[in-house]
Amino acid sequence: MTTYYTEDHEWISVEGGTATVGITDYAQAQLGDIVFVELPAPGTTVSKGGEAAVVESVKAASDVFAPVTGTVSEANGALEGDPSLVNSAPEGDGWFFKLTLADAAELEGLMNAEGYKAYCDSL
Amino acid sequence: MRYLPLTDADRSAMLATIGAASIDDLFVDVPAEARLAGPIAGLPMHASELAVERHMSRLARKNLTAGDAPFFLGCGAYRHHVPASVDHLIQRGEFLTSYTPYQPEIAQGTLQALFEFQTQVARLYGCDVANASMYDGSTACWEAITMARRVTRRGKAILSAGLHPHYVSLARTMARFTGDQLDTALPTLTSGAPGDDMARVLAAVDGDTSCVVVQNPNILGHVADLSELAARCHEKGALLIAVVTEPVALGAIRSPGEMGADIVVGEGQSLGVGLNFGGPYVGLFACNEKYVRQMPGRLAGVTQDAEGQRGFVLTLSTREQHIRREKATSNICTNAGLCALAFSIHLTLLGETGLRRLAALNHASAVAAADRLSRIAGVELLNDSFFNEFTLKLPVEARPVVRALADKGILGGVSLGRLYPDAPDLAGGLVVAVTETASEEDVETLAQALEAEIAA
Repeated sequence: MTTYYTEDHEWISVEGGTATVGITDYAQAQLGDIVFVELPAPGTTVSKGGEAAVVESVKAASDVFAPVTGTVSEANGALEGDPSLVNSAPEGDGWFFKLTLADAAELEGLMNAEGYKAYCDSL
Repeated sequence: MRYLPLTDADRSAMLATIGAASIDDLFVDVPAEARLAGPIAGLPMHASELAVERHMSRLARKNLTAGDAPFFLGCGAYRHHVPASVDHLIQRGEFLTSYTPYQPEIAQGTLQALFEFQTQVARLYGCDVANASMYDGSTACWEAITMARRVTRRGKAILSAGLHPHYVSLARTMARFTGDQLDTALPTLTSGAPGDDMARVLAAVDGDTSCVVVQNPNILGHVADLSELAARCHEKGALLIAVVTEPVALGAIRSPGEMGADIVVGEGQSLGVGLNFGGPYVGLFACNEKYVRQMPGRLAGVTQDAEGQRGFVLTLSTREQHIRREKATSNICTNAGLCALAFSIHLTLLGETGLRRLAALNHASAVAAADRLSRIAGVELLNDSFFNEFTLKLPVEARPVVRALADKGILGGVSLGRLYPDAPDLAGGLVVAVTETASEEDVETLAQALEAEIAA
C-alpha cells in the first residue's frame, strides 16, 4: 500500500485499483475542531482536482478536492455521527471516501510522505 | 454619530488634501450628458422642518389606517394588539442599533435573545430546532423548498392550492433560475374545506417529489389535519413542508411538527410586529434535527467558555454568505433580528397560557362574526373549520364590494379577486379575518354595510 499527498493537503492511499482518500494531519490541525463533513455519494464520479467533499470546522468550510479521477465506491459513514474522527485520526479512521481509480498514471504527479513533509515545512 | 453638514471650509480642506480644485473635478470621468444640469423636475426644493411635518401629516391623513376602521383584513398579515412594552424594550440602544452579529462574541444579549426566540419558535412549531429568523414568511417558504431539494436530491415540489398566492408567486420567480419544478393549482370555492386540494396533492406525490408544501390554516382559513399527508410524503421519500402565516393559530391547533411535518416555516408578524404597510416582517424556520445541516440562516447556540461560564455563540453559520460566498446555502436568509426580538418579547409577555387565551379569544370572535355574516341573504360561509379567518361566498363579485366598504370607512376583508386576478371562478370569495382587535360593534358595522352593498 502506497500513500501519496497533494498540495491541497489530501492524502490518497492506494491498494490495487482502489484508493482511500482523506485530509492530512497538517490540514486538520489548521482547520481546528471539525464539526461536519459532507461526503460524495457512492457512484459519484470525481475528477482530479475537482471538488469531492466539504469539511467544516466551527468557523470555516473548506472544499476537499479529489487527488485523482475515479468513481466513489464508499463514503465513511462513521464521520456522520462523529466528525471529530478527522481531528483524532485524520489518516486512519477519519478517512473520507474510497475510489476506484480511473487512471493509475495520475498518481505519478503526487508527493510521497517525505516530499509532503518538506512541502509542509516550507509553508 | 451626529449629523453635521459640511461647511465650505470643510469642503475646501478635503479637496485640497486630495488635490482637486473643485467638486466638479471629482466627476470629470462622468459624461456631461449623464450628469444632472439643474434641480430634478417635479421634486420640491428643501423646506423647513415644520413645513415638511405639516405636508407629511396632510398626506398621512389621506390614509385609512388599521386602527381607525373596523378591520377584517388577513391573508398573511394580521392586526393584533401589541403591548406597548414590546416597542419600549426593543428600542433599547443595545438592541435597536445592533446589526446581524457577525462578531457574535461581543453581542451576548442579542445572541441570548435569538437563542430564546429559536426555542419559542421550535416549541410553537413542534420541531427540534429553529433558526434565528429569516427575511419573511414567503422567502422562508422558498428556502424550505430548496432545502428539501438538497435533502432529497430531487427537484419537484408540489404546492397545495391553499398556499398563499404570493408565496407561490415568489417560488415561481425563484424556480425560473434554479430549475425546480413546481406543481401548483388554484383553490376552489367549495364548501367544507375551501381551497383545499388534498386529493390532488396526495395523488401527485411520487418518487421524484422533493416536498409537498401545505399551508395551515390555508389561504381561505380552513384548518386541516396534516398527519395523513405527512405519512404519504414519507412513504415516497419526500418531505412535508408546512407553512403557518398566522402563528397565533398555534395557540389553538396542533403544531405542524406534531402532525409530522419535516420543515415548518411561516410569518411571525402577528406577534410583536405591526402591519407596517407590509414590512419589515419576520420569517420563522424550523425543522427536524437530522436536517439541520441543510438549514439556511444562522443559529444561536449556548455553550461554555474556557472558564466554564455560560456563553452564547453563532453556530452552524459556515453555509452563510460571509463565509461560503457563492456556495452559500441561501441568498435570502436575511435575519430579521429586531422583529425577531419583538416577536420573542410579545410571546414571552403572553406566556403559554396567554397565547392559548389569545387564540381562544380570536377563535370565539371569528365564530361569532362568521355566524352573523353568514345570516346575510345570499352569503354562504364556506368553512366547516377555521381559526380566526374564514371565507364567504358572496352572490356578487367581492372586489368592488370591498372597495365600496372601504369608501365607507370599513376594511371588510380581502377579496379573492384581488389575490387571484386571473381566476374569475374565485371572484365571489371574500376572506374575513377577525382578531381580538375587532369588537362586536365592528362586526355589526361590517354586517350591516355588507348587507346593504349586496342588496344595492
